[in-house]
Amino acid sequence: MDFSLLRNIISRYCVGEEIWVDSRTVYIGHKEPPPGAEAYIPQRYPDNRIVSSKYTFWNFIPKNLFEQFRRIANFYFLVIFLVQLIIDTPTSPVTSGLPLFFVITVTAIKQGYEDWLRHKADCSINECPVDVVQQGKVVRTQSHKLRVGDIVVVKEDETFPCDLILLSSSRSDGTCYVTTTSLDGESSHKTYYAIPDTMAFRTEQEVDLLHATIECEQPQPDLYKFVGRINIYKDKEEPVARPLGAENLLLRGATLKNTQHIYAVAVYTGMETKMALNYQSKSQKRSAVEKSMNAFLIVYLCILISKAVINTVLKYAWQWSPDRDEPWYNHRTEHERQRHVVIRAFTDFLAFMVLFNYIIPVSMYVTVEMQKFLGSYFISWDEEMFDEELGEGAQVNTSDLNEELGQVEYVFTDKTGTLTENNMEFIECCVDGNVYIPHAICNGQILSAASSIDMIDSSPGGYRREYEDLFFRALCLCHTVQVKEEETVDGIKRGIHQGRPTSFYISSSPDEVALVEGMKRLGYTYLRLKDNYMEILNKDDEIERFELLHVLNFDSVRRRMSVIVKSSSGKISSNTGLFIGCSSCSWLYGYLFCVLPGDYLLFCKGADSSIFPRVVSGKVEQVKARVEQNAVEGLRTLCVAYRRLSQSEYQEACHHLMEAKLALQDREQRLAQAYDIIERDFVLLGATAVEDRLQEKAADTIESLHKAGMKVWVLTGDKMETAAATCYASKLFRRTTQILELTKKRTEEQSLHDVLFELNRTVLRQRSISGLSVDCLDFGLIIDGATLSAVLKPNQEGAGHGNYREIFLEICRNCSAVLCCRMAPLQKAQIVKLIKASKEHPITLAIGDGANDVSMILEAHVGIGIMGKEGRQAARNSDYAIPKFKHLKKMLLVHGHYYYIRIAELVQYFFYKNVCFIFPQFLYQFFCGFSQQPLYDTAYLTLYNISFTSLPILLYSLVEQHVSMDTLKREPSLYRDIAKNSLLRWPVFLYWTCLGVFDAVVFFFGAYFLFDNTTFTSNGQMFGNWTFGTLIFTVLVFTVTLKLALDTHHWTWINHFVIWGSLLFYVIFSLLWGGIIWPFLNYQRMYYVFMQMLSSGPAWLSIILLITVSLLPDVIKKVLCRAMCPTATERAQSTRPCLTVEPSTIFMLSQSSSRMSF
Amino acid sequence: MMASSYSAKDEDGHITVSGPGGGTLRNKKPENTAFKQQRLPAWQPILTAGTVLPAFFIIGLIFIPIGIGLYVTSNNIKEFEIDYTGDDTSSPCYNCAKNFSWNNTKSCTCTIPFQLDQPYESNVFMYYGLSNFYQNHRRYVKSRDDSQLNGNIDSLKKPSKECEPYASIDNKPIAPCGAIANSMFNDTLTLFYNDPNGTSVPIPLTSTGIAWWTDKHVKFRNPVGTNSNLTAVFQGTVKPVNWHRPVYELDTDPENNGFINEDFIVWMRTAALPTFRKLYRIIQKKNTMAPTLPRGNYTLVVDYNYPVRSFEGRKRMILSTISWMGGKNPFLGIAYITVGSVCFFLGVVLLVIHHKYGNRNNSANISN
Repeated sequence: MDFSLLRNIISRYCVGEEIWVDSRTVYIGHKEPPPGAEAYIPQRYPDNRIVSSKYTFWNFIPKNLFEQFRRIANFYFLVIFLVQLIIDTPTSPVTSGLPLFFVITVTAIKQGYEDWLRHKADCSINECPVDVVQQGKVVRTQSHKLRVGDIVVVKEDETFPCDLILLSSSRSDGTCYVTTTSLDGESSHKTYYAIPDTMAFRTEQEVDLLHATIECEQPQPDLYKFVGRINIYKDKEEPVARPLGAENLLLRGATLKNTQHIYAVAVYTGMETKMALNYQSKSQKRSAVEKSMNAFLIVYLCILISKAVINTVLKYAWQWSPDRDEPWYNHRTEHERQRHVVIRAFTDFLAFMVLFNYIIPVSMYVTVEMQKFLGSYFISWDEEMFDEELGEGAQVNTSDLNEELGQVEYVFTDKTGTLTENNMEFIECCVDGNVYIPHAICNGQILSAASSIDMIDSSPGGYRREYEDLFFRALCLCHTVQVKEEETVDGIKRGIHQGRPTSFYISSSPDEVALVEGMKRLGYTYLRLKDNYMEILNKDDEIERFELLHVLNFDSVRRRMSVIVKSSSGKISSNTGLFIGCSSCSWLYGYLFCVLPGDYLLFCKGADSSIFPRVVSGKVEQVKARVEQNAVEGLRTLCVAYRRLSQSEYQEACHHLMEAKLALQDREQRLAQAYDIIERDFVLLGATAVEDRLQEKAADTIESLHKAGMKVWVLTGDKMETAAATCYASKLFRRTTQILELTKKRTEEQSLHDVLFELNRTVLRQRSISGLSVDCLDFGLIIDGATLSAVLKPNQEGAGHGNYREIFLEICRNCSAVLCCRMAPLQKAQIVKLIKASKEHPITLAIGDGANDVSMILEAHVGIGIMGKEGRQAARNSDYAIPKFKHLKKMLLVHGHYYYIRIAELVQYFFYKNVCFIFPQFLYQFFCGFSQQPLYDTAYLTLYNISFTSLPILLYSLVEQHVSMDTLKREPSLYRDIAKNSLLRWPVFLYWTCLGVFDAVVFFFGAYFLFDNTTFTSNGQMFGNWTFGTLIFTVLVFTVTLKLALDTHHWTWINHFVIWGSLLFYVIFSLLWGGIIWPFLNYQRMYYVFMQMLSSGPAWLSIILLITVSLLPDVIKKVLCRAMCPTATERAQSTRPCLTVEPSTIFMLSQSSSRMSF
Repeated sequence: MMASSYSAKDEDGHITVSGPGGGTLRNKKPENTAFKQQRLPAWQPILTAGTVLPAFFIIGLIFIPIGIGLYVTSNNIKEFEIDYTGDDTSSPCYNCAKNFSWNNTKSCTCTIPFQLDQPYESNVFMYYGLSNFYQNHRRYVKSRDDSQLNGNIDSLKKPSKECEPYASIDNKPIAPCGAIANSMFNDTLTLFYNDPNGTSVPIPLTSTGIAWWTDKHVKFRNPVGTNSNLTAVFQGTVKPVNWHRPVYELDTDPENNGFINEDFIVWMRTAALPTFRKLYRIIQKKNTMAPTLPRGNYTLVVDYNYPVRSFEGRKRMILSTISWMGGKNPFLGIAYITVGSVCFFLGVVLLVIHHKYGNRNNSANISN
């Protein structure tokens, strides 16, 4: 986010200071405004060229190299390489230059190729034809030539070339339908509106006559936000100003649907379109493994430096005597002799650094990257995570966090759409204390008093009827549902009327659809919105029309939405249906509940907590009771209320709204204020209950997560009772769970301080009593948003009361499940942050499906999005997206577990093999006069990490399965074995390093004693130093590869191929390398060295011996650990052969489907 | 049930692959291949006490006999070593060592008598050994020009700069260049058998076959000039500073002269450690009946040319017989015996552990 801000600022500065203003003025058709209206400031905007490519042909090499060397590892290797070039080094610059060159080239080619693809895509986008209105004619031009202010014609199924303000459409009501699939993945059609003043334009000529300017904000990346104003000049009158919002702005990348053509004016072009502004990636998350890897790297860097320092110091101590420094047989050149001793010492230090630099391997970074990148494919390939219904499988948005999936300690989950289906079904409504339950069969029939338990006043007729009608009308009108139409206009009415599936309702909120559909079953059918008139087919098959004046949209802060409508007789032939009861109703209720034509009505629906405080009359008590009961049953409840507005009240409301809408700054805030003023003094109509069923296997998943040692928190905006019921149903709370409440209700009775301390005492006492058997009683905490913000508020009273935050965390730590209800989106993120920052620094995972979960998904270490019904926002912002909540189980327990052990082994093994590789070199310095003589040949130094030992570990880290998938799923507790980064902790790291040092010592001294002053060929000939190094290197390659073989638990043909293959490759390479006099080399030191070595019997014997000795301790350690104190994983491995059906499997099958289970 | 559903999905996967124009939804469905679903058939070995036990015993049973064999072989090898450095006043070479000067044109000779207690039956290999001589010093190791040694005329005239400061004298290239060549071991060692009847019989020393065949025939080659005369070929080059003779006068035998002189080749293979030995001569076994070197008194005559006192080095002469496993080296045999015994012992320990803990684990599993 900071980045985009920065970028905006920079781009603004670059364009020029003079236009650095908060809003921009667009002259439609490039026509100057009439003189006197305002000054015409010609503004420069970028053209409509989309540049998604990073490089051009010319700057590719410098820019790409710069980008690559910004990575600290690459930079380190570059420095080493440069040092090798500059000073007289023991190893040729090739040894570090070649791997670096390889890495850089591969990356550059990959990035270059991607950029070339982007160039191609850019080109095809920039050159695609666009129709522009110029001088009353449609002119075809290329997309990149579009400028701000151009009027564009877009035909059906075409993509918008830039961000446009809709002027008019071929549809008479000035709307058009658009899909934004390529932008946010939502495939539903969205309606966009033209402003009433321009929607009548039909031809190019008419459009061209339009004389108007648009003022709007500077481009910003939020897809769902737009603030602007259009000033239309007509005949030198005062300009007419109309507000423009996101509903008028057609975004680049979206596609026009169900509309023949539209006229629109370009406001943002090229890189300033919202789509382009959204290109930038999210902030980088780093995994725990990466952090420990970096810590290890620092340790190794210290080892490296200390090795170099030790050797330098020893070198100068040793060659103190000139006969050692320069014996007669080994003089320096004159040039070297003249160099100052300090410079010489520094050069020596650098040379030692270069000699030992392989201890920090270049290839580790490449391998880790490749492992992550390739490994992430297994997630998207996973068939079990494919959802047939959605037609989509799991999706990996970042591969950097694969292993973090195996480290999760806290799971924060959203409720609606995540734990539950978000597939709403209308269950009942309660009108004035009477309960109505619609039945799907009795379509169009109202079934009053299907359940009359709660009826207080059972007198039929009277005002009740009107009351009901008003309630149903309210639900039919107070929504933002669209009717998805089929081709023919005639078919729609019939389709909806007859309940055929040819047309259906679409809305961003499934609750609304459920309500409107529920109303249909109760006899009131919402037909459509036409020319700002909402049409309802009432239960007497008559069409009622209401003029839709204002929609006060839903937002999660207000938690309600309203509409203001004006009832009109319209073209209805008779009013009898509508006003049938008016004559008979009592004067009081008649006024209250009858709808007369021309009445201004404000309907509002929303959460009970946001409605009840605004209600002035109505049967609040009964409705409240019913709402609470429904909530306990896990139903989602909404309250419906209305208010009759007088003409003057309406005018006032209108005034407030217009003022707020026209504001260019702080529009959101001012709108909220306006809404607050308008939405009050309600008359309560009733409440609805909608059921949201629990997702398939949600309970099983939560149970598994619990068993795996994760703490599951449910964060929801829902109210406590509903949420708690869901928690029970999903086994988050069990019957044995002792519920601790930390809610507003309690804190009203006692002070927060007391409640917190009391809860803390309860928890601690229980823990001390139960002692070891913690499992017998677990706690569940329920906290609501209000209390949470009180807890998190910094304590003003100083340290006297201690910090609530700490106490709260202490309580949470002892609770196996926590339910946070009534949470605002930001609070969700706050909670995640709080836990993240607590002193154990646990790894958190957030999972959600809606836009309100995005903040917590971004905040958590791992963010998982559910590709749910509430759009794609969560999935887009997440690190991983899965179709269903149940897939989380496999994601964490199987994939996460695998990725973690794979990468942990990868990291440890890499350090190990390089210790084995470099430590003998270090030891050799003691025997070669600290002269930086390398032990191995250049080719071996170069290729050790690149080809001899790279593939086995890479493939291991891709396909290793230490325990079978089914076992992991069956026994979630295995997850605890790898908790807290257990395979990368310091003792483990130390073990691996010690093992490496031990092996290195074995290699070196094994070879040393063998070579010590003796011959080991049968013809008496002697071997030289290169044979010595080759012997060590051979033992090294074999040991290191076989060590990996010992660690492999899952031998597929790939492992066999790669492990034996790379050993074979080593042998073949060595034979080849020593087999010819290489013409391009200036030394032939390896000539026949390998073959000569193999011709010697003792060499073979010592290779076998040294490999055995090096591998022995690790084998013994493994066997002993397994025998003495096996971990759960090891037990699971040994019991693998006997796969019996265990009770847990059966338990898995028994699913609790939906309802509460107290 | 599972199997049938899998096979059904398998078919789906194939359809997806074969129909490129399929719907987007279908294409998104992952293929049900064993690799992609991570269900490749695999061998899943586990290292437990039970599985490792036999391996330990087998290793023990194999290694101990090998070790014993190696040890016995090594013990049967006869080796005699004599130090002739001459830094001790009692040493016959003391004067030569003390009076050494590079300017001496005439070499100093010293005679060292020694006695062999056992007869040396097979071929005897004669080595010279140097101590504290850092042939593996980096500056030293790289100070050579392999292409010059391979007979490249250009390199002969213009040695690589790696050879500095032993590359040229007064702008005349040194052949062979470099510190290694310059410091070539140039003591001449000759052996005499002191017959019990008083006569001193020189022992024939073979100077061929001491270098690697490939070195002699491929890696090292004399430059080929217009004529086959080595002297002419090396015209324009100078001998290394510390040499007494130019390279083309190393031997009279043209097959052992110049760069392909085996003494030179042997020296050019730099040793791994500061204490090393190099093959000097071979004493071939003459007839099958008599030992190559019968027990008795011998005399080693040294032309003392090679100074080592300045760097506290030592010079030795070694006589050794050779077996299939090379020279005398008890280390390998002892190591094999030790490792074998350790493995055997560990096998026993593991057996105990396996019995003790294996049962406990099993019972634990059952109770779980």
